[in-house]
Amino acid sequence: MSARLRLGLTHALLAAWAAVMVFPFLWMLGTSFKPAPEILAFPPHLVPRAPTVLNYVRAFETAPFARFFLNSLVITAMSTVVIVATSTVAGYVFGKFRFPGDTAIFMLFLATAILPLETYMVPLYLTMRDWHWINTYPGMVAPYLVMSFGVFIMRQYFGTALPDELLDAARIDGASEWRIFLRIAVPAATSAMAAVAIFAAIQAWTGFIWPLIVASSQDMYTMEVGLAFFQQRYTIDYGAVTAGATVSALPIIAVFLIFRRHITEGIAFSGFR
Amino acid sequence: MLFRYIFCYAMLLVPAAFFLVFRIIPIAQTLRLSFFSWDLISRTKPYVGLDNFRTLLDDSNFRLALSNTTVFAAVTVVASVVLALLIALPLARRLRFEGIYQLVYFLPFITPTVPEAVVWKWIYDARYGILNYVLSWFGIPPVGWLLEPRTTLWAVIIMSVWKTLGYNMVLFIIGLRAIPAEYNEAGLIDGATGWRFFRYLTLPLLMPTLLLVTVISTIGAYNVFTQVYIMAADIQGSPGSVVRVLIYDIFENAFRFYRMGYASAEATVFFAIVLVLTLAQFRVLRSRTE
Repeated sequence: MSARLRLGLTHALLAAWAAVMVFPFLWMLGTSFKPAPEILAFPPHLVPRAPTVLNYVRAFETAPFARFFLNSLVITAMSTVVIVATSTVAGYVFGKFRFPGDTAIFMLFLATAILPLETYMVPLYLTMRDWHWINTYPGMVAPYLVMSFGVFIMRQYFGTALPDELLDAARIDGASEWRIFLRIAVPAATSAMAAVAIFAAIQAWTGFIWPLIVASSQDMYTMEVGLAFFQQRYTIDYGAVTAGATVSALPIIAVFLIFRRHITEGIAFSGFR
Repeated sequence: MLFRYIFCYAMLLVPAAFFLVFRIIPIAQTLRLSFFSWDLISRTKPYVGLDNFRTLLDDSNFRLALSNTTVFAAVTVVASVVLALLIALPLARRLRFEGIYQLVYFLPFITPTVPEAVVWKWIYDARYGILNYVLSWFGIPPVGWLLEPRTTLWAVIIMSVWKTLGYNMVLFIIGLRAIPAEYNEAGLIDGATGWRFFRYLTLPLLMPTLLLVTVISTIGAYNVFTQVYIMAADIQGSPGSVVRVLIYDIFENAFRFYRMGYASAEATVFFAIVLVLTLAQFRVLRSRTE
């Protein structure tokens, strides 16, 4: 087999497989814009012939998807801000200072990432219950306030990319440690912080089992939980269900398309948590 | 110097408190709670020793969940690792459109699982689903994919392979690109090509990555919940009950039957599975650095 033929064959296979991989997304998008008769048309077709937004209208009218979306936004924003803050603070200390217990504490932070939330969700739920945090935003973000991987990224950044001389110069000028952190370290670390923010946001938005447990009334459902209940009730209304699915998936797909380099590299490195 | 230390500990106060309260203490409590029996309402929380674990051994739901999850994990991991490797081999050589291929293959991994599972449910629809339509081209009669446990398990496996493939692919591409060019050149000089080249050169050098990917995928597969919850709903709409998996069983015992101690015992078993797999992973990583 000649090299050109083999290359052509490789591309043909990869492209065919790419079509299979992307098909469910196209099918979701296509169905969501089809009027009812087209959805059940035989033989089926991908592109709507008479596109309509009625499925979206119906989805938003029968279920409070706007509220679900808002809840997801609030939880994602809270989680992202807190994770960036805790990761930056901890990463700075681990990356720039030596103190008794530093390695042990750092390793402990990292080690907790081994166990998925599902292993300890029962006691955590009981704690939330004792605190009256069930069905509240704080309760829903509680497991998403720290991220081991975030601490790790920030420690790597401060340890390797921020020169000690810069900090020492400020110390000689008499700046306090806290001021050095805020005025020198944080402004220098914005790109690393942005990377942590992306991971935190994706993690919070896509979380399912925890909001499913903690959100007990419909007005507190996230997009994921709301969609899960919606499709349970309106199973056969594939137009409205795929419309809801599109709205739920789109923010993450958009974030991924914008920041995909950071994301694939970062995730490959760590997984989440 | 002392002042520096105080600064460090002060900075760590909030992150450490969060790690402690929202992770470390709950982890410890899972283990503790597994020795108690508690229904969330009773004032008493009797200590029952290993009773929860003994009951688990005879619990048909738990055994079913464990066997379903194991079958799911075995098939999903093997299929998604093999497919990911097949895709990563050409992509690691930096061919044209490589970025677009990677983007498309990775998309299902990053997208939230609920909308994906919802769409797959529509694809699997027995009467109007596109999958049965495509199968009909090959003369295959319609399959009621999500109507009985066996086919539902397969349906969830196919969806999960689709979802996790891209992640494994990225790890393989990194692993393949880390193989020093001299090895490949040496192989070419020796005249090794195609399958022999892969079998005797690439594969041994890729072994650490392969083992790592396998372990990570296995942990992920044992953790399966969301797609099962959505896709394996029974006729009455009770979610996740057609194919019982481990996390679903924990979820049900804790939050439907309020058997907190029992669910914790089950979570402890899950904990042990994850820990064993992780230790295996560390051994692999250590043997790689040695």
